[in-house]
Amino acid sequence: MLNYQFDWSTVTSGKYFDWLASGVKVTLQLSALSIVLAFILGLLIAVMRMSNNKPVRWIAHAYLEFFRNTPLLVQIFFWYFGSYKILPTAVNDWLNSTNFEFAAAVIALTIYTSAFIAEDIRSGVLSIPKEQMEAARSAGFSYLRSMQYIILPQAVRLTVPPLVNQFLNLAKNSSLAMTIGVMELTYQARQVESYTFKGFEAFTAATVVYVAISLVITALVNIYNEKVLNIHKAA
Amino acid sequence: MITFQGVHKWFKSLHVLNDINLHVTSGEVLVVCGPSGSGKSTLIRTINQLEPIDKGTLTVDGMDLLDKKTDINKLRAEVGFVFQQFNLYPHLSVLNNIILAPTKIRKTAKRDAEEQAMALLERVGLAEKRNAYPSQLSGGQQQRVAIARALAMKPRIMLFDEPTSALDPEMIGEVLAVMKDLAVSGMTMVVVTHEMGFAREVAHRVAFMDAGTVLEEATPDEFFSRPKHERAQQFLRQLLTPMHCECP
Ligand SMILES: Nc1ncnc2c1ncn2[C@@H]1O[C@H](COP(=O)(O)OP(=O)(O)O)[C@@H](O)[C@H]1O
Ligand SMILES: [Mg+2]
Repeated sequence: MLNYQFDWSTVTSGKYFDWLASGVKVTLQLSALSIVLAFILGLLIAVMRMSNNKPVRWIAHAYLEFFRNTPLLVQIFFWYFGSYKILPTAVNDWLNSTNFEFAAAVIALTIYTSAFIAEDIRSGVLSIPKEQMEAARSAGFSYLRSMQYIILPQAVRLTVPPLVNQFLNLAKNSSLAMTIGVMELTYQARQVESYTFKGFEAFTAATVVYVAISLVITALVNIYNEKVLNIHKAA
Repeated sequence: MITFQGVHKWFKSLHVLNDINLHVTSGEVLVVCGPSGSGKSTLIRTINQLEPIDKGTLTVDGMDLLDKKTDINKLRAEVGFVFQQFNLYPHLSVLNNIILAPTKIRKTAKRDAEEQAMALLERVGLAEKRNAYPSQLSGGQQQRVAIARALAMKPRIMLFDEPTSALDPEMIGEVLAVMKDLAVSGMTMVVVTHEMGFAREVAHRVAFMDAGTVLEEATPDEFFSRPKHERAQQFLRQLLTPMHCECP
């Protein structure tokens, strides 16, 4: 190990750079698609969780507890290996003809992340003064319309910073998708390592990309906080 | 227009409304006053069912509030409510605060709603603030926008719960002026307020509440010059002594 020859050119140019670059692309696609779907699902679960209807509220609560408290890797394996057994053959055939690994990863990441987002949205909603709901109901809006036009637009604004944190978690969590063969960044780094034995360089490159994604997004959130929410960092 | 018959309400063991009997006819202005905690807010909030009642009958604009078939959202669209703390929607501009309910509930075309909103803003003297956000307005301006917002639904009844209690003294007049204008135009109004000048000038009747009951109901003249109950006399004396102002 002492006379290990560093060779950064392996990962900064040529075929292996292309592999890593394609991994970055898949990681970003996986994360972006999942965060959008997770947001929509999270919104739905949050509204259900706050519903006046007891069974609806209970279903949302069970969903939250279940998906937040089981390991993400197990959930990924469940959708990839387990869902086969319960789906009709026709659906399976169709899934196999598409990129099923990618789809399973999106489903797992979406559902897992939606549970956290739902809780973030709920605490956003709880921080809106109850007088806003009263004003909306007094105008004649139903509960759901009040949520739609008055409460959620305010709550989601407050939820943006925690939402971005969920996105950062999601980008990192997406590396688990390599276990079912999704060719994202970590998968590609592993490939480069097994072809070139340049594991140090390959995983350093992957690490740098994950950190870069985090830094860029964190910087964007800070700008948002200052410009939109007028929150300034304590001196 | 509004009829309370033997209305009761409890918050747990607290008997907050005790046998309320009141009648407000079309075009009438009823002022409700009384010490803090006497149940004034609860009373006015039952009229658009922000607080449901437990016993008795309450009819508003011909709708029976205890009837399961009454569409409560429809009733609320006909009844404007103005809060002590204004409760404008902070994420919307003044104009959008006003047109939200007309466009979404009444399905008024956006352009028509905006035209009507501008007319209302003229009426409350805030046309130039149409693009401002609530946080950029003074309390008095916010309350006038809140009144315009309620009027945009063309309500048949307007309810005010201490609309000037949260305002700096110099802003009270501008809000009372808008309310007076509204009363003169023939709007049916129930107003919880301690502004006795407004009550004298504008109200057709005054109801005095104490401990969940309407102790006294009279014309402003009778009430202010010859209050019958000891509690009402005491209340009026305290109002005239600024040190003991009950206004929260
Ligand atoms: N949501 C509530 N739950 C329990 N008690 C309440 C609630 N709202 C009001 N009360 C109580 O009911 C009484 C009457 O309140 P309120 O109608 O607000 O009086 P007012 O408007 O005359 O000051 C008070 O003792 C108050 O503490
Ligand atoms: Mg009150």
